[in-house]
Amino acid sequence: MIAHPLGNTGARARSDGAKAMALAKTVVWILALVPAAVLIWKGFRQELGPNPIEYITHATGDWTLRLLLITLAISPLRKILRFPQLIRFRRLLGLFAFFYGFLHFLTYILLDQFLDFPAMLQDIGKRPFITAGFTSFLLLLPLAATSTAGWIRRLGGKRWQQLHRAIYLSAALGVLHYYWLVKSDIRMPVFYGAILAALLSARLLLRRAPAK
Amino acid sequence: MLIGKAGEIRSSEITPRDVYFSRRKFLAGGVGLAVGAGALRAAAKLEGLGKSPFSTTEKLTPYDAVTTYNNFYEFGSGKDQPARFAKNFQTVPWTVSVEGHAQKPRTFDLDSILALAPIEERIYRMRCVEGWSMVIPWAGYPLSTLLKQVEPLSKARYVAFQSYYNSKQMPQARFSGIPFPYVEGLRMDEAMHPLTLLCVGLYGERLPNQNGAPVRIVVPWKYGFKSIKSIAKIKLVEKEPPITWNLANPREYGFYSNVNPKVDHPRWSQAKERRIGEFFKRDTLLFNGYGDSVSSLYAGMDLKKYY
Ligand code: HEM
Repeated sequence: MIAHPLGNTGARARSDGAKAMALAKTVVWILALVPAAVLIWKGFRQELGPNPIEYITHATGDWTLRLLLITLAISPLRKILRFPQLIRFRRLLGLFAFFYGFLHFLTYILLDQFLDFPAMLQDIGKRPFITAGFTSFLLLLPLAATSTAGWIRRLGGKRWQQLHRAIYLSAALGVLHYYWLVKSDIRMPVFYGAILAALLSARLLLRRAPAK
Repeated sequence: MLIGKAGEIRSSEITPRDVYFSRRKFLAGGVGLAVGAGALRAAAKLEGLGKSPFSTTEKLTPYDAVTTYNNFYEFGSGKDQPARFAKNFQTVPWTVSVEGHAQKPRTFDLDSILALAPIEERIYRMRCVEGWSMVIPWAGYPLSTLLKQVEPLSKARYVAFQSYYNSKQMPQARFSGIPFPYVEGLRMDEAMHPLTLLCVGLYGERLPNQNGAPVRIVVPWKYGFKSIKSIAKIKLVEKEPPITWNLANPREYGFYSNVNPKVDHPRWSQAKERRIGEFFKRDTLLFNGYGDSVSSLYAGMDLKKYY
């Protein structure tokens, strides 16, 4: 590689670290966009199956929940693996969870209901699984909106953290949404629910352990 | 070249079925040798099907969708699973016992079922309780033809159906979350109604495994789950028989389960449906559009109460 202009080893290590972080972030970006890219690719090739709208709804819903759980796994993982840098991916992953949640919501509004607002309002009020999903999504909105450094400063770290704990509630409602929407085969929602429970327990158990 | 052969086939409308039939006939014409084993694996054909005035002229749902998007929980709860996991389902030999309150209860083997009456094509709308629908060219004859064979007694007020179940052949079943064997039921007058089909095929061939081979019923004015697949036993009974989805979830699935846009399922509005292959939803029709033929069966009944 090209020598760093400052030629100072400490600075070079720092800048190598920054480069590695930039590279890692790029990788996370690419990975997180893969499910969306796959959907678009399959869409063009007409490989979304006999009911494409259902396929898109399921894929975006699945990835919202998976990314929420991955986001929640960061904090315990960084302690267990003693890898504090992991924390720098958390916000990005959380925003991608929101991104898929937004796509899921758009799929519902545009493709599933086709802007039939009375029908959607009825759905939200009458069908518990939609009520839970919608609430889960609403909870993500303020988190996404306050995800910037500016907002952390404005709210203060402590209050910001408290607000962002809502992500647990959002994930729990996401699991409930899934549990209520399956007809009889509850394996997947129970699986995600177990992961969420494990993450919550890990959080409580590791509460006192500082990140090294 | 393939399509060129289609001229001598059946009707003239351009539908997926015509393309399909032309391919089948082409293969049958002895030229099939040149074609790969995959194509030859296709199910046995049903020749010379009669037409039926009950058939709709709506556009058919493509064969691929009809045979890859299925609810058949014995082979898994995912829509794509029956096509994958029912591939090796053994349907030979097959018998259907027809018993209960009958003068001449009897067990039919499949050949005698196939030979009992001329098989006709019935193009029906199929509406799933989940809010999607298809148009499917079934093949069969009225269930009443079979039932009359055993001479039902006056005590026979309902007909109870039971699917074949074998956990070795159906390893996915135990994850589905509903009890097996699958059971269904109809009131006697529903079972004897000319629309109620004893079905042995679709798209001019014998039923693919994932669609309920080798023999099922089709009740087009009710939600799809009422049309029980892979029937092993039919029993004429006095009291309303239990049905699987009602056992699994009594609040959501009733015995009658007539298609009705005004009676919502707790999880889905039933006002509209998405016809597979179409983008926009369409309005769901009372009795799935078969009201002229069947509404008299329910005269005076509160359809909200008897859902
Ligand atoms: C914005 C409000 C939301 C609405 C209106 C909504 C609606 C839906 C609908 C209609 C389905 C398909 C149901 C079916 O096939 O029967 C679905 C599935 C799903 N949704 Fe949502 N949803 C919402 C928010 C969310 C959120 C926030 C999450 C994640 C935390 C989520 C996760 C899922 C999952 C995991 C599935 C099932 C996917 C599968 O079966 O593979 N949804 N949602």
